[in-house]
Parts: sequence; structure tokens; C-alpha cells
Amino acid sequence: MEDDAPVIYGLEFQARALTAQTAETDAIRFLVGTQSLKFDNQIHIIDFDDENNIINKNVLLHRAGEIWHIGASPADKAVLTTCYNKTSDSRVVSCAAVWRMPSDWETGSNESPDDSAHNPQTLELLCHLDDGAHSNAACVLWEPMGDGKRVISLADNHALLWDLQESSTQATVSSSATLEGKGQLKFTSGKWSPHHNCSQLATANDTAIRGWDLRSMSQIYCIENAHGQLVRDLDFNPNRQYYLASCGDDCKVKFWDVRNVQEPVKTLEEHSHWVWSVRYNHSHDQLVLTASSDSRLILSNMVSISSEPFGHLVDDEELSEGEENHHEDNAPLWSLPIRPLTPPVRTVRGLDTAYRTPPGCNLTL
Amino acid sequence: MESSRKRRVHGMLKLYYGMNEEGKAAEQAKSLDPCDINGPHFDHEVFLNKLRRECSLAELMDQETCMVKQIRSLDSDMQTLVYENYNKFISATDTIRKMKNDFKKMEDEMDGLSANMAAITDFSASISGTLQDQHAQITKLSGVHTLLRKLQFLFELPARLNKCLELQAFAQAVRSHRRARCVLQQYSHLPSFKGIQDDCHAIMDKLAQELRQKFRDGGSSAKDLSECVELLLQLDEPAEELCDKFLSHARSRLELELQALEAEITPCPSASAVKDPPARRLPSAAAAGSPTDNLPKTGATPSPTSNTDILEFIDRGCNEFVSSLCLVITSYQELFITHAQTGELASKNIPQMASAKLNAFVDDLAARYFSLVERRIQEEKGVGDNSLLVRALDRFHRRLQAVTKLLPGSAVAHRGTEIVMRAATERVKQYLSALQSFYMDSLTDVRQALATPRLAGASGPGGGAHFGGAAASGRDAPTSLPELLSSLSASILNQIKSVLASVHLFTAKDITFSNKPYFKGEFCSQGVRESLVVNFIKFVCQSSRQFCDNAGDKGGSTPPALLLLLSRLCLDYETSTITYILTLTDEQFLVQHHSPVTPVTTLCAEAREAAQKLLNHYVKVQGLIISQMLRKSVETRDWVNTIEPRNVRAVMKRVVEDTTSIDVQVGLLYEEGVRKAHSSDSSKRTFSVYSSSRQQARYAASYTPSAPMDTNLLSNIHKLFSERIDIFSSVEFNKVSVITGIIKISLKTFLECVRLRTFGRFGLQQIQVDCHYLQMYLWRFVSDENLVHFLLDEIVGSSAHRCLDPAPMEQSVIEVICERG
Repeated sequence: MEDDAPVIYGLEFQARALTAQTAETDAIRFLVGTQSLKFDNQIHIIDFDDENNIINKNVLLHRAGEIWHIGASPADKAVLTTCYNKTSDSRVVSCAAVWRMPSDWETGSNESPDDSAHNPQTLELLCHLDDGAHSNAACVLWEPMGDGKRVISLADNHALLWDLQESSTQATVSSSATLEGKGQLKFTSGKWSPHHNCSQLATANDTAIRGWDLRSMSQIYCIENAHGQLVRDLDFNPNRQYYLASCGDDCKVKFWDVRNVQEPVKTLEEHSHWVWSVRYNHSHDQLVLTASSDSRLILSNMVSISSEPFGHLVDDEELSEGEENHHEDNAPLWSLPIRPLTPPVRTVRGLDTAYRTPPGCNLTL
Repeated sequence: MESSRKRRVHGMLKLYYGMNEEGKAAEQAKSLDPCDINGPHFDHEVFLNKLRRECSLAELMDQETCMVKQIRSLDSDMQTLVYENYNKFISATDTIRKMKNDFKKMEDEMDGLSANMAAITDFSASISGTLQDQHAQITKLSGVHTLLRKLQFLFELPARLNKCLELQAFAQAVRSHRRARCVLQQYSHLPSFKGIQDDCHAIMDKLAQELRQKFRDGGSSAKDLSECVELLLQLDEPAEELCDKFLSHARSRLELELQALEAEITPCPSASAVKDPPARRLPSAAAAGSPTDNLPKTGATPSPTSNTDILEFIDRGCNEFVSSLCLVITSYQELFITHAQTGELASKNIPQMASAKLNAFVDDLAARYFSLVERRIQEEKGVGDNSLLVRALDRFHRRLQAVTKLLPGSAVAHRGTEIVMRAATERVKQYLSALQSFYMDSLTDVRQALATPRLAGASGPGGGAHFGGAAASGRDAPTSLPELLSSLSASILNQIKSVLASVHLFTAKDITFSNKPYFKGEFCSQGVRESLVVNFIKFVCQSSRQFCDNAGDKGGSTPPALLLLLSRLCLDYETSTITYILTLTDEQFLVQHHSPVTPVTTLCAEAREAAQKLLNHYVKVQGLIISQMLRKSVETRDWVNTIEPRNVRAVMKRVVEDTTSIDVQVGLLYEEGVRKAHSSDSSKRTFSVYSSSRQQARYAASYTPSAPMDTNLLSNIHKLFSERIDIFSSVEFNKVSVITGIIKISLKTFLECVRLRTFGRFGLQQIQVDCHYLQMYLWRFVSDENLVHFLLDEIVGSSAHRCLDPAPMEQSVIEVICERG
């Protein structure tokens, strides 16, 4: 893989939302949502063929508004959720909705790619995640490894658990939790834990991280002042159920054991500006990828707090870079400067399968 | 003149007689010349011929006159010499004749003397012959008399002994008995002598009994006791038993003294502590004159657990215990070792046995004494009056020398020195912790002074003795910063100096233990330099670094001004103070580095690193404070439905104000620094024209639907070639760099926040106004104004991009609004 040239894919609009399609098991596929205030926004479906080192793309129209967050259903590869801003009557409203891709997008693109670019097909709206009471959705989370029937949306200071019925065309709020406290509290980010039978949720608001039990919708832990500034993103260790990574505006990445939230287990200070996004590698949980507005993407090898602290399960080839395999903590495996080609594209969200992807492919999106 | 002439004459005569055999080469060479009239090879024919040939008549005449003159003078010289020698010869002949006559007379007298001597010898022989008989008789008579006297003594002995016993004159009795003992032993086969001997034995047994009794009672003085032992020894008592008894007596007495000492140590009930204070204050007040009395308050009061101060304690220990011990050792050695060596006891190996016992005894008691002393020293926690401790240790050490002198093989002195060493090391540790706590206290004072700058003047003299100067001028917070710094650094330096002075007492010349190798070498280098001075400096750096680590999360628990101040302090340490302190130490203690010591450069590097870290942290904290302000202002506003901008938002004015005050604050402690040269032209007006033209171009591009990609591409390519800005990067130690760092962080935050929002037309215009206002005021603070331009450009560009209806405001209107304030 080292010999291959980086694969670059350019979008015509700025983009902030990206996710891997976990339901698709055959191909490496990413969904990217664009942000444009003046044109119809798009969802780009990007397939990476790692054998031939090429990219196939398809574009679907998302006319509802600019996309701030995107999530793919874990069960049905044609279903996805977006959080988008709708502008109407000089008012900006944040909404969330479930969409279905038209069934023939794949065939259409294969026959005449040029044609599809000019006349893209439109997403089919399944339902709005809107009960009329709560707005300003920050993000929508699918139940990890679930059957695609349950999602959580974070709207202002509410976490709403939705049941999707009638093949996702109807959504009803089954339960909800509310963040209470002084001032205007607002969820900025969240993550549905894949452990404990998917009964836990972690959310971030301002500098605090909170854990919720979804069965009772009550708070189970709270890390006050987890970061000195705003917490931007969280991720659960896929193998160790109590371990959680967080990142924020204090340029740090912290690793927590939620059983003991007084002190972080580990702190990384590699970035020189806000860290927007943090992700564990799904198979090798010592690999952690962080993206920051210092225009850098850093892959860290955290062996000491991984599920196999002494093992050598990573062979060099799989480390995607083929660089020296540091088993030392905190040593960034690689750090890659991102040239601000299109300035607002900074957050690379949802690099769930990043280890299989050559860095050049998605970093310069 | 006369003498030189004589010598010349002599020389000539010598020459004439051929005595010149020194063989000077030059002279010989010269004298080979046959024409040299003074040379030995002179040939008159040649000379004459030569003269005749070479000289004119007049010259010949002159030559002749000269020659005649010389001959005449030589003749007269010769005559004088002959006369002189003739006179001498005549007088020598007279002397010899006179001696001949004298010797003849003397020979006659000697003959008479020898005849007389022969007569005397004859007389003497005849006299001794006549007296022979009488002399033998007298000798015999005197022998009989002596014998009779002895016999009488023997017969009277029992009575005499009894009387002595009655009078308690034991010494005399023993002396008498000893004199008689051998005789009685020899003649014991005679019945009369036997009777006497038995009587004597009985009496002497009784006497011994009595002596032993007296010895056992032990109430008597040491002198009596030793007398007792001496007598008993003479009476053939077993020496070993006596040694043991003697020692056990001595032990019981010494132990009493030890107990008295121990009573001083054991913590007294509060009652005695209460009634005693006036007595205890006195010595400490008297000691106030010493140079160490300006030390921390902790040292001012003597340790509360003990009644007496350490000097008094050691004094008592020395005067009572050590001197008694010495007395015991001396008398014991006299009794059992010195005496025994001379007497008949030496054969029984008594000296060896006795000294072994003594050593064990001394070691045992000394060990207990040492443990007491050590306990007492450990109680000496206050670092106040070091001279007292040093004097006590000195006395302690000095008095042990006496024991060593008496008992050369003993380990006492060695262990005493060890105690002194331990005490010194312990003391150094205490000083370190005192310094550390002083430093932390100083920081707290500084913190207070920073927190209540206006109250500091009013809070009166009670508030911070160390920072009196700062408090007095603390009316105005900013101006007091450098004063705080200088008073902080001066007070720390003073403290270090006074501690060094105190520690220096350990190595003073008049202290007995100061010339021990430990105090000359290891104590100075490892103890004072490394564990005191170097550790303190490290502590300062480390505690500074902790401010960065701790405060990070909690959001400024440390006031930023303190960070700035500490950073400057560390930098000063790096540039001069560390070198100064270490040089001072090395000079004062004449440190000879046997083992490797921490070099100055390492410490300087550490200090510099701490300073850098603190300054970076300062930039970060201040940057985050301003960032927070900007972020809240962007996030909480509805930018779509805002009204047309009429003035600059208050938050921007606040940002400029804060930046200005930070600039003033940093300027108090750090130098200006270099900034990229900007001509007087590069004022706001020139800049705004330039930037607005660029902005205009971009807006035009973004709302011309025809070719959005192309123009975007242009601006992107432009960005590719502009320099990348590292936001949270390390700053340099100057004002411009610090302020640049803060402004970079703030503007970057502004940019990121703008990119997350959607703007209406007036929202964009408001951002334009705000950015222009920032341009007007911020460029003067930074090292490279293009940086501010670039970031502000980005902000306006990004908000234009996020704008639903991007209609930028006229540049002139913006300027009017900004001018208005």
C-alpha cells in the first residue's frame, strides 16, 4: 500500500459531515454531506477500492438544507440520518430526518457517471425526527449493531430516544432525558455505547461529559470539567467497556475510565488547536485517530490502555502506513498536515474504518 | 695606590723567580713574545735590534730614559724587601732562644712533683693497713643492729596492725604487712615466727574484710574507692572481680546522670512548659544578636518539647556524664592497667583483661549517651538559631576528644563524629524545607498582593512583612508588578544567603569537627551545594511547572499575572541568579568536587524550560480568556436577523481594552522585542484599502453564480502560498511575541466560531465592522501585522461564505462607524 499514490477526491462544496457506512460489509464506503447556503446540498457516496486504489463516487441530492451531521443505519445500507439547517423566511432551523437512498443509484452511476453528476437523484424522505416540541438537533445516533429501529437525537438540552416503525417511515419518541442546570445548557455531541447491551449513552455539553442509562433515562456519571474548554467529540473503546476517549477546545485528547472520573487515565497534548474529532479503530483499539483545526490528523498508538496491552496483534502492514511500529505510548504513529484547500472542511467525522484506508484518500476530501 | 704598587712589585718578583705557574693561557701566549720585556722569553738582542730598527733617535732616547727609570725603581723595591725580611728573621731567632731557656726550668719542677707523689702513696698504704680491723668490727655491729631492729618490728607487728585497724589507717597497715610478709614466710618453720605470722594473717583478713565492705557500700567518693581498690589489689584480691565491681559502681553512678539527662528530653507536661517560658526566652533573646536571627518566624521560639536549649543540654551532658566518664577511665586505667604493668600482676594478663572490660563498658555507656543526644538533636526542629546547635555540636565533639585521648582504641569519637554528621545533614534538609516553605509563602503573599492590589496599601503593616515595599506602592496594580518581582527575588536571595551563612557555621575554622574530611568535602559538595542549593533551585522550577499543569483544567486558578511574574523570575534565574548563587556557594564553602555535581548549565536549562513553559501557559490562559469572550459573543447572537450595524460591538472594544492591559502588564516585565519593520505608512488607512480590495474581490466571486469554483480556487491557491500559522506555538521572551501569541489564539477562535454560524446580510456587515475595528487597534501589538490582516481577512471571508445574502458594507461607512467608536 505504501507504493500507492494518495487518492484524492474533491467536492465542489464545503463539507463538515462524514460517516462510514457500517451496514455495507462488502465495500469500503463513506457518506459525506456538504454545506452550501446557496445551492442544493449533496450527499456523496464514496467507495474506495483498496485493491485497485481507486475511488468510485455517486452523488445524491439533499435539498432540505446544509448538512451538519450524518449517520448511517447499522442495519439497512440504504437508510441514513442527517442533521441539517433549513433556512426559511430569514430563519435558520436545525432539523433531523431519516432518509432512504433511491434503490437504483448504484446502477445509474455505473452506466454513465457523467450523467449522474449532472442529474443527481434525490434522497427519499422517510420521516422527520420532530415531535414539534424540541428543535435544534445537534446529532443523531444509531443504536450500534442494532436492527436499525432505534435512534437517539440530541436537541438542545434533550436526548430523545426514537422508535422507528413501518420500515422507518414513522418515528415516535419512546423516552427522553433532559439536561437540567443553570443557564442555557445544550448538548454538543454524544455517543451510544456499544457495551452493556447498548443501554448507555455518553453526551457532551460545554466542558462536561455525562453518562446516561437508556432504560431509566437517568444520569449515571458526570465528568465535570472534563476539558478546560468545550468538549467537541467522544468515542467509546470498542473492546474495553469502561473506556472513553474525549477531545475538545483545550487541544487535548483525554482517555477516561468511567468508573473513576476524578482523573483521566491518560492525556495527549499533540495538537496545537481545537481537537474536533476522535475515533478508535474498531478492531485495534490502541489506534486512535484525532483531527484538529491545527490542520493535522494524528494517529496515536496507545498500547498501554488498549485491550491487549502486551500483545503484538498489529502487524506492520495493517498499520496502513507501514511506518515503524511504535509500541510506545503517546508517540504519534503519524501526523499529517492538512493543507486548507477548502477551509471549512476540518472535521473528518466517523473515520470508523480508517485503518484500512490510505490516509490520502479521505483527508483531502 | 701604595698597595697596588706593592702587588705589582710582588708580581714582578714572582715573575722573575719563575713562580708564575698558574698557567694562564692568555698570559703565556703573550709572554712568548721575545720582545716583551716582562716576559720569561725576553731576548735582549732581539729587543734591541727591534728597537734600533723601528724607532727614531728621539724615541730611542725616550725609551732609554724610561728604562733607566724603571730599573731604578725596581732596584729600590728590591732593597726595601730585603730590609723587611731581614728584620723578621732577626726577631724569630730571638724568640727561639728564649723558649730554650724556659723549657729547661720546667723540667726541674716536674722532677720534684713526681718525688712528692711517691711519698704520699706510701703514707696512704700504711694508714689503711692500721684501720683494717676496726672497720670489720663496725660493719658487723651495724649488721647486728639492723637485724635486731627487724626482729623487733616483727614482734611488734600484730600490735601495730591492730592499732592501724583501729585507727582505720588501712594504707599503713598494708604497707607494714607487705614489708614483713616475705620474712615471715621464709622463717615460718620457727615456732615463734609462725605465731606472729598467724596473728598477722588473722588481722589482715579482718582488714581485707573491712575494705571489701567499704568497697561494696560504694557510698564513698571516687578517690576513696580507688584507694580501696589499690589496697585490695595489694592484698592479692582477684583483679577481675575487682574490675567488675569497680565498673558496676561507676556504672550505677553514670546511669544516674544519664537518667537525669533523659528527664530533660522526655516531653514535659505542659505545666512545666508554662511556668518555664520566661527562663527559656532569655537565652533565645540573648542569641538574637547572632546573624541568623532574621530567619523565619518558625525559628524564633525554641522547640516547645524541651525545657533547656540544646547548648545547655549538651553542656550538662559534657560536664556531668562525659567528665565523670573520663574520671572513671583515668582512675581505672591507673589502678588496673598502669599499676599492673609495673607490678607483679603484669604476668597474669591483667592489663589486657582490664582494658577489654573498660572498652566494653565505655562503649555501652557511650552508646546510651549518644542515643540520648541524638534524640535531643532530633527535637531541634526549628531552623532559627543555628549557631546554638553548631556550638552544642562543637562542644559535644570537643569533649569526646578527651575520651578518645584516654582510650585511643575506642570507637566513641568516630561515632560521635557520625552523630555530628547526621545532625548536620538533617539540618541541611530542614533548611531546604524551610526554604521551600518560605518560597511558597512568598508566592502566597505575591498572590494576595496581586489579588488585592488596591487594598494592599490600606491593609497596614500587618500584611506581609516580606513585601512591605510592594504593599506600600501597591495602590496601582500594574506598577507594582516589577516591584513585586524584585522584592520576591530579593527576599528569596536574601533567604538563601542567610541559610548559607547559617550552614556555613558548620565549617567555621574554630569548630573542632570542621576539619573532618566529611565537612571539608562531602558536606560542602553533596550536602550544601547539591541537596540544599541545587535542590532548591530545582524545586523553584518544578513548582513553577506545576502551575502550568494544575491550572490548565480548572481554568485559571492561578492568576495570569503570577504566571507572568514567575516566568520572568525563572528567566532571571537562568540568566544570572543561578550562576550567582552557585558561585556564592562554591566560594563560601570552597567546594572541592570529588563526586560529580550538577553543572550550572543543567540548572539554567531547567529554569529556562520552566520560564518558557510558564510564558506559554500565560499566553494560553490569556488567549483563552479573550477567546471565551469572543466565542460567547458569536454563539449567543442571532446573526441572521440582526439589525444594520450602527456601531462596533461592545465585546470588540473589550477585547481591545484587555489586549491593551495585557500589553501593559507584559511590558512591565519583558522587553519590547523585535517586530517586522512597518513604515509610518502602514497605518490603518493604507491597510484597510488593501484588505477591502481583496475582500471585495472575494465577495464578488462568491455571489456571482457563474463560476464559483474558479474564484474559490484562486483564493485557495493564494492560501497555499501564504505562511501556515501555528496557533498555540511557543513564544519568545519578549512582549511582542507574547501579545502576538495571545492575539493569534483569540482571532483563530473567532474564525472557527464564525464558520459554525449562518449570517444574514447585516450579520456579515457587523462582522465587517468588528474586524475593521480590530484591525485599527490590534496591528500595533504584533510582530508581523500581516498576521492580523490575514486572520481578519479569513474571518470576514468565512462569514461572507456563510452568509445567506452577502452584500458587504461600503468601506467608507465601515470606517465612519469605527472612527465613531
